[in-house]
Amino acid sequence: MNPIRIIFRRELASYFATPVAYVFILIFLVLSAAFTFYLGGFYERNQADLLPFFSFHPWLYLFLIPAISMRLWSEERKSGSIELLLTLPVTMWQAVVGKFLAAWAFAGIALALTFPLWITVNYLGDPDNGAIVAGYVGSFLMAGSFLAIGSCLSALTRNQVVAFILTVVTCFLLLLAGFPLVLEAAGAVLPQFLVDAVASLSFLTHFQSISKGVIDLRDLIYFALMIGFWLYASAVVIDLKKAD
Amino acid sequence: MIETRELSRHYGAIRAVDNISFRVEPGQVLGFLGPNGAGKSTTMKMIAGFLAPTSGSASVCGHDVALQPIEAKRLIGYLPEGAPSYGEMSVRGFLAFVADIRGLGAELRRQRLDDVIGRLSLGSVLGQSIETLSKGYRRRVGLAQAILHDPKVLVLDEPTDGLDPNQKQEVRNLINAMAKDKTIVVSTHILEEVHAVCNRAIIIAGGRILADDKPEALEARSRYHGAVSLTAANPVVTREILVRIADVESVVIDPQDQRVTAFPRKGKTIFAAVNEALKAQGIAVSEIQLERGRLDEVFRTITQDPAQGKAA
Repeated sequence: MNPIRIIFRRELASYFATPVAYVFILIFLVLSAAFTFYLGGFYERNQADLLPFFSFHPWLYLFLIPAISMRLWSEERKSGSIELLLTLPVTMWQAVVGKFLAAWAFAGIALALTFPLWITVNYLGDPDNGAIVAGYVGSFLMAGSFLAIGSCLSALTRNQVVAFILTVVTCFLLLLAGFPLVLEAAGAVLPQFLVDAVASLSFLTHFQSISKGVIDLRDLIYFALMIGFWLYASAVVIDLKKAD
Repeated sequence: MIETRELSRHYGAIRAVDNISFRVEPGQVLGFLGPNGAGKSTTMKMIAGFLAPTSGSASVCGHDVALQPIEAKRLIGYLPEGAPSYGEMSVRGFLAFVADIRGLGAELRRQRLDDVIGRLSLGSVLGQSIETLSKGYRRRVGLAQAILHDPKVLVLDEPTDGLDPNQKQEVRNLINAMAKDKTIVVSTHILEEVHAVCNRAIIIAGGRILADDKPEALEARSRYHGAVSLTAANPVVTREILVRIADVESVVIDPQDQRVTAFPRKGKTIFAAVNEALKAQGIAVSEIQLERGRLDEVFRTITQDPAQGKAA
């Protein structure tokens, strides 16, 4: 069997070895429903779509995803199990990818459990299911990018709380870069192409375009590059920091 | 087989491991001795492929650890310091995970799992999560993990640390049982362990090899090697008699238990002479012993005075 699959299986099982996983999923479901119905005005809008649901995902992920990713490597370093893992016959990238995929699958499970909302909106009206699928794909990709960032930053420290905070701050900056407020302010001082460059770095820009139902290749490439870059950075950081 | 060539690892300006070269053959059990911070663990981490050397190289059965890490890691069983593992997993789940990563086929896997679970008496705790186990059991799980694939090369970093005397003995028996066809490196700072399991000992301090010899040969370096110690009714009179023997260099009375120890001149044996002198003078001796040499004394001399260690 492929080492990535073995590591993936072990990691995913370890999420469910403690009640934390169930608590996390519960919090995610409660919050996403609360945002959708209260802040998003799901009924008041009188539209059969899941835009109010997806539009809060970046902010939900900002705090919930770092809670998943914070333990990825910092716990391995703290308990010393990193020494065990990396002296087994696996390569660094197999370990990084295996652990990342397990975290991503876990986030995917939480996301998939929001399906009653999809059923609800189909029961109430006649939504564009293609757009909803696109929304889920975009949300899942964004979760992956957050996790890849979290993977890298959790390799920096043995302390999970530090890893959590670093990840929240980094993700927040990357979200903000696409916020109209920031872009307008930037537009006042920077030439347009720089403003576009800042905007194109943001999760928000790419996520919003996907969640409107348009799966553009450029957005997919953006998320793929984002995940690839941060996973590569994870491997580099682990190599640098494992000695201390 | 393990071979290191001018292996070094620096942390900034600190030379944790400094130009260490040695070669261990199958059938050898090498004891790695040294004070804390001597570089024992760092050396083992480099052999196991966890840390990259700053310079020099380590190879396992001909595979350079830096260039062919996967091949080398397949051949090694490694117990890291403190025997870390995944606390939330059950013993059974953890060993199954290692067996999968090691790529053991179905038949071999069952056979090997049965073997290590039996050898390390883990049968009663298979279902328990590792974090709930006692220190002794956790150490045994770490050992089980290291020998699971029946490796040719075993690198064990303080395998008996934190175990009670019975468990220590079990682990030593385990190492002795595997010693015949394997290459084993064991680090320890328990000197009796060297006698119990090793047929070669390397003493390192400050990242350098200070001595590399058979345990008996190291003992022979001791001041106590060939000394005669005894308990007599009147230690002071006994000393007066013993210092007059030609080959006796000095006689010391232990202030605590009044035990008399006579040290020989270099290369001389004095046991017979001491015996005769005592008989001739009619000194009653309740107990008498020929000392083999004290490893802890050799260890202290070598590690506290590096200049002498290098000369020797």
